[in-house]
Amino acid sequence: MAKIIITNRDGEKSEIKGEIGISLMENLRDNDYELEAICGGQCSCATCHVYISDNWIARTGERSDEENELLEELECMKEGSRLSCQVPFTAELDGLEITVAEDE
Amino acid sequence: MDQTFVIVGAGHAGGQAASTLRMKGFEGKIIMLGDEAYVPYERPPLSKGLLSGDIDIERVYLRKPDWYAKKNVDLRVNTLVDTIDKDNKSLALADGSTVTYDKLLIATGTRVRKLNLPGEELEGIFYLRAIADTLAIQKRLKPDAKVVIVGGGYIGLEVAAVSAKMGCDVTVLEGLDRVMNRVVAAEVSAFYHDVHTSAGVKIMTGVGVTAYEGDGDVTHVVTADGARYEADLVVVGVGVIPNCEIAEAAGLTVDNGLVVDKFAQTSDPDIYAAGDVTNHPNALLGRRLRLESVQNAVDQAKTAANAMLGTLGEYAEIPWFWSDQYDLKLQIVGLSEPDDDVVIRGDPASRKFSVCYVRDGQFVAINTINNVKDFMGSKKLIAAGRKIDPALLADVDTPLKEM
Ligand SMILES: Cc1cc2nc3c(=O)[nH]c(=O)nc-3n(C[C@H](O)[C@H](O)[C@H](O)COP(=O)(O)OP(=O)(O)OC[C@H]3O[C@@H](n4cnc5c(N)ncnc54)[C@H](O)[C@@H]3O)c2cc1C
Ligand code: FES
Repeated sequence: MAKIIITNRDGEKSEIKGEIGISLMENLRDNDYELEAICGGQCSCATCHVYISDNWIARTGERSDEENELLEELECMKEGSRLSCQVPFTAELDGLEITVAEDE
Repeated sequence: MDQTFVIVGAGHAGGQAASTLRMKGFEGKIIMLGDEAYVPYERPPLSKGLLSGDIDIERVYLRKPDWYAKKNVDLRVNTLVDTIDKDNKSLALADGSTVTYDKLLIATGTRVRKLNLPGEELEGIFYLRAIADTLAIQKRLKPDAKVVIVGGGYIGLEVAAVSAKMGCDVTVLEGLDRVMNRVVAAEVSAFYHDVHTSAGVKIMTGVGVTAYEGDGDVTHVVTADGARYEADLVVVGVGVIPNCEIAEAAGLTVDNGLVVDKFAQTSDPDIYAAGDVTNHPNALLGRRLRLESVQNAVDQAKTAANAMLGTLGEYAEIPWFWSDQYDLKLQIVGLSEPDDDVVIRGDPASRKFSVCYVRDGQFVAINTINNVKDFMGSKKLIAAGRKIDPALLADVDTPLKEM
C-alpha cells in the first residue's frame, strides 16, 4: 500500500491507500473516482485520463506511442496527461499527486 | 425509511450501476442478485487475455471483491431470480426466498444461442459467455490440439487467434460468405481472413454445421456438404439471446429485448433496465436498437442509475466496440449497414488503416485497425452526423479531427 492524493472532477482533494502491483486506473476505479475505463486497461479508449502533478511526471515513466496517439486526440491533453491504465502503481510512487481529467 | 434498490444481474451493467448509485450519494440499500459464482467482471478478456493466460481472474473483476462490503452493497452471487411481481414490488428467488424493492434495475444481459445439433451432449463442445466457459476451454487448449470454431464472428476469431498462437491446429467454420459479416465491410473481412490464414488458421466459409460425432468426447464436426472436421475441442460462437423472459413474464414490454425509453425506464415506472438486454432508442442514430458492448453497458447503466435517483439524462451515445486478434486492434465506431459506401483510409498492407462508411454523403461509421488516432478522431465527427467528402476521408494526411 502507498499513498495517492487525488483531485476529483469536482475539484475536491482526497487521499487513498493504493495497492501496489496493479495499475493506477484499477486503484482509482476501486475507489470510485469517476473513470469509465471502458476498455479495461487495454490502452484503447482514453476513458481513464488523469493529470500527473508536475513533480511526479518523470517518475511515472514514459508514454508509449499508442498512448500518445490517444491522448493527442483529446481537447484537454496537457503535459502531465497519462492514461492511468498505463501507469503501474509502484512503491516508488508513494505520495503521488494526480487530478482526474474531465470527461470528453 | 431508507429506500431499497435491487439490481438483477451482477454483470457489467449491474456492477456499473451499483458504483454510480454510491458515487452519486445514494445511501439506501442496494441488493445485487447474480446467478454466477463471481463478483461482476469484464467479459472481453474471456476470449482474449484470460483465455491466453496473459491475465489472471482477479484482474478481470470490475471492482475488487471487498468493494461490495465496503460500499454496503449486498451482493448475492449464485442467486437466480425466478420471477418479478411488479404489483407487489417483489422478486422470487430460485431458493424460495423473496426480496422486495422500491426500484428495480434489470441487467440480465444475454445468453449464448445454442445450436442444439445432434451430438451436442459430447464432451469438449463449448460456448463462451462466462468465466466458467473460459476455464473449461483452457483445460483442452494445448499445443497441437485440433480446435474447430463454429462461427466466424469476433468471439470465434478471437478464440482462433489465441489458439493459433498457442500452436493449436485451428479451423473456423462460418455459415455466411465471409467472417465478421454482420459487423464489418468485405474489405475488412478479407483482411482478417488473410491474417488468420497466414497464422495457419483454416477458414471455411459458406458451410453449415449439422452434427457432432464422437464417443464420450467429441471427435468430429460434420457439415452440410458431408465434410468431417477432426476436433479435440469445439468452440461455438453464433450469437446471443437477450435474457428478458422474467421481464416478459412480469408483463413488461419486450420486443427484441426489454423495451426501455431514453432514460432506461421500462413500461413500469419503478423498473429500469440497462446493458445487453435492452431495446433502447438512440436519438443520434434515429432509431431503436439492441447492442452487445461494454460501452453500452457502462453508459446505459449510468443513465439508469441516475434516473433511479431522479436525475433524468438522455442516453444518446455513438456506439463503439473493439476486438483484439493477434497484434491487431480493431475498433468500431458507429453502426454500418451493408449498403453504405466504403472508403479505405490508409494501406491495409501496413496493418494500420481505417475503413470509413458513408451513407447519403454522411460519415456514419468507421473500423480502425491499429489506428487509435482515427478511432479517437472519428467519434465526434460521427456523432455530429456531418457530410464529408469521401476523397477527404481517404486522405491519410488530413487528420479526422481537422475535417
Ligand atoms: C467472450 C466475450 C467477449 C466480448 N468482447 C467484447 C469486446 O471486446 N468489447 C465489447 O465492448 N464487448 C465485448 N463483449 C460483450 C460485453 O461483455 C457485453 O456487452 C457486456 O458484458 C454486457 O453487460 P451486461 O451487464 O448487459 O450483461 P452481462 O455482463 O452478461 O451480465 C448479466 C448477468 O446477469 C446474470 N443473470 C441473467 N439472468 C439472471 C437472473 N434471472 N437472475 C440472476 N442473474 C441473472 C447473468 O448470468 C450475467 O451474469 C464480449 C462478450 C463476450 C461473452
Ligand atoms: S482503460 Fe481504456 S485506455 Fe485506459
